[in-house]
Amino acid sequence: MYRKFGAVALALVLVLSLALAGCSLKKNDNTSNTTSSSGGTIKIGANYELSGAVATYGSDSLKGFKMAIDEINKSGGVLGKQIEVIQKDNKSDAATATSAQQALMSQGIVLSVGPATSGNFRAVIPVAESSKIPVISSSATADNDITVDAKTNQVRQFVFRTCFTDSFQGAVMANYASQKLNGKTAVIYADNSSDYAKGLAANFKKQFTANGGTIVSEDAYVAGDKDFSAALTAMKAKQFDVMFVPGYYQEAGLIIKQARELGIKQPILGADGFDSPDLTSIAGASNVNDVYFSNHYSSLDQAPAVQDFIKAYKALNNNEEPNAFVAMGYDLGKYVADAITRANSTDPVKIADALASTKSFTGATGTFSVGADHNVIKSAVVIKMTDGKQASAEQMKM
Amino acid sequence: MEKFAQQIVNGLSQGSIYALIALGYTMVYGIVKLINFAHGDIYMIGAYVGFAVTTFTRFGHSRFGFIAALVIAMVACAVLGVCIERIAYKPLRNSSRIAVLITAIGVSLFLDYTLMYFVGAGTRSYPPGVLSDRSFTVGGVVIKYQQVIVVLVSIALMILLQFIVKKTKQGKAMRAVSFDKEAAQLMGINVDRTISFTFLLGSALAGAAGVMVGIYFNSIDPLMGMMPGLKAFVAAVFGGIGSIPGAMVGGLSIGVIETLVAGYGGSLYRDAAVFAILILVLIIKPTGLMGKSTGSKV
Repeated sequence: MYRKFGAVALALVLVLSLALAGCSLKKNDNTSNTTSSSGGTIKIGANYELSGAVATYGSDSLKGFKMAIDEINKSGGVLGKQIEVIQKDNKSDAATATSAQQALMSQGIVLSVGPATSGNFRAVIPVAESSKIPVISSSATADNDITVDAKTNQVRQFVFRTCFTDSFQGAVMANYASQKLNGKTAVIYADNSSDYAKGLAANFKKQFTANGGTIVSEDAYVAGDKDFSAALTAMKAKQFDVMFVPGYYQEAGLIIKQARELGIKQPILGADGFDSPDLTSIAGASNVNDVYFSNHYSSLDQAPAVQDFIKAYKALNNNEEPNAFVAMGYDLGKYVADAITRANSTDPVKIADALASTKSFTGATGTFSVGADHNVIKSAVVIKMTDGKQASAEQMKM
Repeated sequence: MEKFAQQIVNGLSQGSIYALIALGYTMVYGIVKLINFAHGDIYMIGAYVGFAVTTFTRFGHSRFGFIAALVIAMVACAVLGVCIERIAYKPLRNSSRIAVLITAIGVSLFLDYTLMYFVGAGTRSYPPGVLSDRSFTVGGVVIKYQQVIVVLVSIALMILLQFIVKKTKQGKAMRAVSFDKEAAQLMGINVDRTISFTFLLGSALAGAAGVMVGIYFNSIDPLMGMMPGLKAFVAAVFGGIGSIPGAMVGGLSIGVIETLVAGYGGSLYRDAAVFAILILVLIIKPTGLMGKSTGSKV
């Protein structure tokens, strides 16, 4: 009887873990590609994470994007036409993102924006390349295989992004640690389940070591973990100046909380994955001190483009502060409208050329130019958190 | 040494949670020979009930916020556990065991994704100040009041459970049904009611574990029950499935083992280590640490 029980139990655990790993929807909408813009509007597709694990990233980006498009439509649209946004929810799932993109491409769009995360954005790239319609993400920061094909090293003609990359953020935070915080030694505690965090960790390490610093300890966790006290206790026993935690706010919030409660007082550094009010509510405001993270934008920035955007957003949204995803979505809206105007055409190929030749475009997230590899050249903002609130922001260039 | 002591403290507070969940697995298995895979999700529901109580009711802001959350979550989970048993498992009482097991997985997914539909997939956090987040230091080891409360409440609940099982009439009925269902029935014990009572006890403990985890880690989400549920299952098997003291010892051991694995260089092997234990126990000693080794009944 026990032997049988054992076999059944083992089989069940295996089945359950498989089910956990592979919950994905597969749908195939095979579509033909038509690219003309019909009627009196210019159609733009929007493929975003509106539900699922990273729903806030997608819905905030789309909110900012639509706000920009509304402003443009109110002032007469582009090329004398109104812009119509056709949105699809990819459920934070790469397979769904692909099928949603295929559905969008068949609806006469001239370009498409989103998804917000690198993994899902990658899933729409083949669709964009085969249908020759540009796709642009405002927050896909992964280094590899986004605008440049990792296999052939060719720049992808129809793929763009308006954000900096993870390697840039990792290097910026390493410079911040060594130059501004006078850090000589660092520990890295990275999310091992995302390319994003692994890229950040690798680039932080490279730059920090190049600056003459030493990484005294490296450890990793997996997204979804709740108890970090074991690894943090091990780190506490080591001598270090700063702690770098590349990852997302759910885990980073818990890590900050548990680290501070264990008596780890050193500065904790992170990247744009920290940018969520939930970071403070999970960690507890009194624990979020001496926490620094790089971001695309800060509401503390006094530049007129930033303050105008914040004012307009607050007026529309009950005085709520826009986060970086909203700001980047907003800039994305202005950027694509600018490109369509300069292309003076709704031909997706001409729009792609205009997107690629953008120079010194100024938006709420700073001024950027598009480089030869379709990556943008811009600076990052490093935000300091005190008592759970953004206390100061500083521009960091490479 | 200081570091080691700190890891033990970390492990024990995590382990008490596993122990509370494991008790539900082991009791239900002892009575109906069913691995109730929906058990981890009852724990998750408990965390959400506690969240609702502390966030949306007057209790949350009073001094009794924690007690109120704990009691209401335990009652809610007990009711839910009994309903699940009545609706999903009772009609299958005479079906093959695999049918009930698969139903349990179905119930588990049903609970997860129904809740996700209503509250969304994002993480939520308890309001601050439900329990003091201060800590004290003993010889360099940081101990949080919350950890002390988690361990104390767990021990109190386990003692209460032992009392119910050993000293009350209902507990005697449970032991009788677990020993021989048919004979118990012939002696005039209401088997259905006893099974419901077992689900009630187990689910209430899971609800308590959910609230304590919600406050201790301050982060809950609809899928939070899966991993702790599986680990508590491993704890129950490790301690000897069907044995109540075994579940307690198993839970605490699994908590300490995974903390030590993570604390001494194997962060990424923490979960693997726990499941390796499951495999080893099933191969070497399927009855677990404290399980009774009975011959198979024919």
